[in-house]
Amino acid sequence: MSTESNAYVRKLILAAIGLVWLVSSGTSFFRSRRLEEPVVLSEGVTEVKKLSEYYDGVEGTANDCNIYILEGEEEGGTIFIMGGSHPEEPAGRLAAWLFAENAVMERGRLIIALSSNRSASTVTRIGGAYPPDFTIPTDWGERKFRLGDRWSNPLDQWPDPEVYIHYPSKQNLAFVDIRNLNRCWPGRPNGTLTERTCFAFMELIRQEEVDIYIDLHEAELQYPVISTIVAHDRGEDLAAFVSMMLTDMEGFGMGMEYSPKSLHGLSHREVGDFSNAVSLLFEAPEPFLDATRGRTTREQLLTGKDEFVVKAGEHGLLFEEIDENGWPIEKRVGRHTSAVLQTMESWTDLNPNKPLACRSVPRYAEVVANGVGHYLHNPTNPGGRRVVID
Amino acid sequence: MVLLGGIVTIIYYLLVAFIVFILIRNLIRTRRWETELLYAVVLIPFLLRLLRLK
Repeated sequence: MSTESNAYVRKLILAAIGLVWLVSSGTSFFRSRRLEEPVVLSEGVTEVKKLSEYYDGVEGTANDCNIYILEGEEEGGTIFIMGGSHPEEPAGRLAAWLFAENAVMERGRLIIALSSNRSASTVTRIGGAYPPDFTIPTDWGERKFRLGDRWSNPLDQWPDPEVYIHYPSKQNLAFVDIRNLNRCWPGRPNGTLTERTCFAFMELIRQEEVDIYIDLHEAELQYPVISTIVAHDRGEDLAAFVSMMLTDMEGFGMGMEYSPKSLHGLSHREVGDFSNAVSLLFEAPEPFLDATRGRTTREQLLTGKDEFVVKAGEHGLLFEEIDENGWPIEKRVGRHTSAVLQTMESWTDLNPNKPLACRSVPRYAEVVANGVGHYLHNPTNPGGRRVVID
Repeated sequence: MVLLGGIVTIIYYLLVAFIVFILIRNLIRTRRWETELLYAVVLIPFLLRLLRLK
């Protein structure tokens, strides 16, 4: 065989190796982005809508997420729980999931979004070595969820500007936060995908006449806003009441902070300013997010155990306690479910003409004792319940 | 700004397609196996981006 023929054979072999590599990695990315997350609807879910029904500017996009509506047996107020604003803070999504799969409203109306920034749930932190997904063990098997990132997928929104000028305040924010759902409130109808998503949620809040809006988050232990409720001016009494009750009755500390008036784009500020809803944001501790963490693994995400974060705590660098037991997902999800349930109870005490009462959702002690998976139902054997893909 | 972003995105994908074309052309033209291997590897992220997989 001639030298030239040898060269062509070699090129073909190398190209074939590259192609196998491309197909292998491409398939992995494709599957990860399209991982289906089933929701076994609670018997209390009366309607499933799409976000685009409130504003059609998100129709057909990655962020046209499901909106679950649970009408109460008796009339009352309306509460909206939002999970997945930052998908890589999984306790927020999972707590909302427990409501969607278990809650039955006795009084008032509950609205739930599980994947508020669905686009962000389809990508992981570039250079962060994040796992693409995580698995929750259940009584019947396991459920897999996308991990996601803090920012919308660049495949859905790109390029980022040099400086992000928030609308309508004109405040300068970090460039990358133009893809951060919790820096784009109240959104704008003709803006970027993330801004349009915020605008669609604002329309939902206004059209459904939401009384209380809750944004579920997690925070690194080196961040001062942690284990707390951040409250808009009109929600200060309610948040203080909830914080006091949780700290007294549930066995975990929950602080309360005022939403800064001059920091724009965040839900606790803008939802309150641009609608009649009382806006609250809940934070639970997530060592996975700490910059000083060790290996970024699924186990670390779910157990919250990390010797390097513990070491940072020994040096007084943290705003929340941590020991060798970490911050398991059960504690973080349980904090959120209890905080939401307590908000309904405290709201009803303060507003008896617009009551909210919910049953069948586990509180902190129950989630810690039984695990998150105990409250997730089997989508392949739903026992007469409806199953939808979120 | 959104319109400008759309235009920049189209230009960006055209550039990526051009780089893919150049890399494939060089892969065919080069005579050294080390360089061929390099081109085959470097092509992967560009193709993944062009196919909107990553």
